[in-house]
Amino acid sequence: MGKVEIKTNAPINYQLKTRKKWLTPKRAPYVFIAPAIILMLIFTVYPVLSSFILSFQEVRGIEKTFVGFSNYTRLFQDPVFYKSLLNTFQLLIIQVPIMVSLALLIAVGLHSSMVKGRTLFRIAFFMPAITALIAASIVFMILLDEHFGLVNYFLSLFGIEGIKWLTSPFWAKASVILVMTWRWTGYNMVIFLAGLQNIPSDLYEAASIDGAGKVKQFFWITIPQLKPVFIFTVVMSTIGTLQLFDEPFILTAGGPNNATTTITLYLYETGFKYFEFGYASAIAYVLVLITAIISWIQMKLVGDDDK
Amino acid sequence: MITSNNLLAKIGIYSFLIIGVLLSIAPFYWMFVGSTLQSGEIFHLPPKLLPGTNLAENFQSLSESIGITKVFFNSMFIALTYTVVSTLISAMAGYAFAKFRFKGGNGLFFIILCSLMIPSQVTLIPLFEMMVSFNWLNTYQAIILPGLAAPFAIFLMKQNMKAVPDSIIEASRVEGAGEFRIFFSIILPMTRPALAAVAIFQFMGQWNSLLWPLITLNSKEMFTLPVALSSLIGMARIDYGQVMLGTTLATIPIIIFFLLLQKHFISGILGGSVKE
Repeated sequence: MGKVEIKTNAPINYQLKTRKKWLTPKRAPYVFIAPAIILMLIFTVYPVLSSFILSFQEVRGIEKTFVGFSNYTRLFQDPVFYKSLLNTFQLLIIQVPIMVSLALLIAVGLHSSMVKGRTLFRIAFFMPAITALIAASIVFMILLDEHFGLVNYFLSLFGIEGIKWLTSPFWAKASVILVMTWRWTGYNMVIFLAGLQNIPSDLYEAASIDGAGKVKQFFWITIPQLKPVFIFTVVMSTIGTLQLFDEPFILTAGGPNNATTTITLYLYETGFKYFEFGYASAIAYVLVLITAIISWIQMKLVGDDDK
Repeated sequence: MITSNNLLAKIGIYSFLIIGVLLSIAPFYWMFVGSTLQSGEIFHLPPKLLPGTNLAENFQSLSESIGITKVFFNSMFIALTYTVVSTLISAMAGYAFAKFRFKGGNGLFFIILCSLMIPSQVTLIPLFEMMVSFNWLNTYQAIILPGLAAPFAIFLMKQNMKAVPDSIIEASRVEGAGEFRIFFSIILPMTRPALAAVAIFQFMGQWNSLLWPLITLNSKEMFTLPVALSSLIGMARIDYGQVMLGTTLATIPIIIFFLLLQKHFISGILGGSVKE
């Protein structure tokens, strides 16, 4: 790198003597991609492959022995792993629709011609999406305290007493969903808003000439036109939820009784609390498999859209 | 009738939006207030809604417990270095993929697209083993290097580099400018908005990152803010005034960046989804 820069830093030289350049347009792209590719080979490609091999090994200290599929067969008999899969999917199936419809509603509200100060609203709604997940989780952990938390205080004003937000299995899941929804709704809303702005306005004009009301227009024009944005947000949220870690790690540490243990949290504990690298790699590969299936479904859905 | 209906709709939309905004913003306000209160006051009911007087003490105890100045420096140094280098690397790669036809180019770009879909968790254990064997635990490079080549950033830069007209590059070549010179003094200035969007994205990701630093850092000296905060939460007796100040300090830099550059924030996100 260093040598190359010295040459290019002397442009006058080039113009005086039309000397042959070392960095020809033919070689240039390879030089430009080299840093990215080298880094990816070392820090992504190698670990992905190495992790695959690890998932068939048992690691004791520095000793690694091949154990065939036994990590995987153990996974299928591991109740905590099943629990973490189930939890992750429960969170996903409940949280993603709530968040996506909320995001869409807010976006439609903001997009409406009646609303002024759209930029200001957009900034305010987007604020949670810039905070560290850990900061959000900590703040909510305090807000959701069973005895002294503000949330239960407000609820008590309406006669609802003592919800065990972080200590009952049901409410602990609800808390994780609450924090995720707070953190990500604005983010998805911004994406929907941009999608709404891309819908040609003559579609609506034509519809209102035909006598279609606002509600009809929403279901006949807005929703179908937003289909690609829908797919994008749902898939991104799904993949994000599959990797959920920070919120349950801080809020509940996976408890009570593993009610909020997620796949990634279980992977972290297996790998870095119990140092079972082989087993943790098998967990990671199940995660890869699930993500691949979801991405494949997404490609199918988008592909159908092109027809 | 129509006008009163309209008015009702307007009131409906506005109250929905305003309640949403309050729910989005209130936790921030409460966190700021909390950073100026004593631990006990934070749990006072009804809640204290105005700042207290304990800010200096909270800072003092945060210095004693986690060495907040060093921790803040660690976070800032790591995030800034990471942002500058990874933005540059992805701009270079994006430029090559967008503006050159070369053998293996399509194949390499396909690999990058594929790695977008691979959950990063799968690399954690081999990367950890690698850091151990390099003797890199508790170092800045352990946090900075593994994520430097970010597929999403490369993808985003490629999309934006496509818009640069080939004629400009050709003209500069005819005038005798070298390839690096073209990249640094013509291409980079032209794609400034995209660079800003990528840089913000990378900064935010690194500044907020918890899992990887949690694995590689175990000496207090080297903690980043998220790791230090999680260590505070893990203590037997949690001092919540301290914790609130810590979360405030972890949040303020991002808020400032966001308010200054909010257009770029949002275009960075949209770059990955819908084309504007």
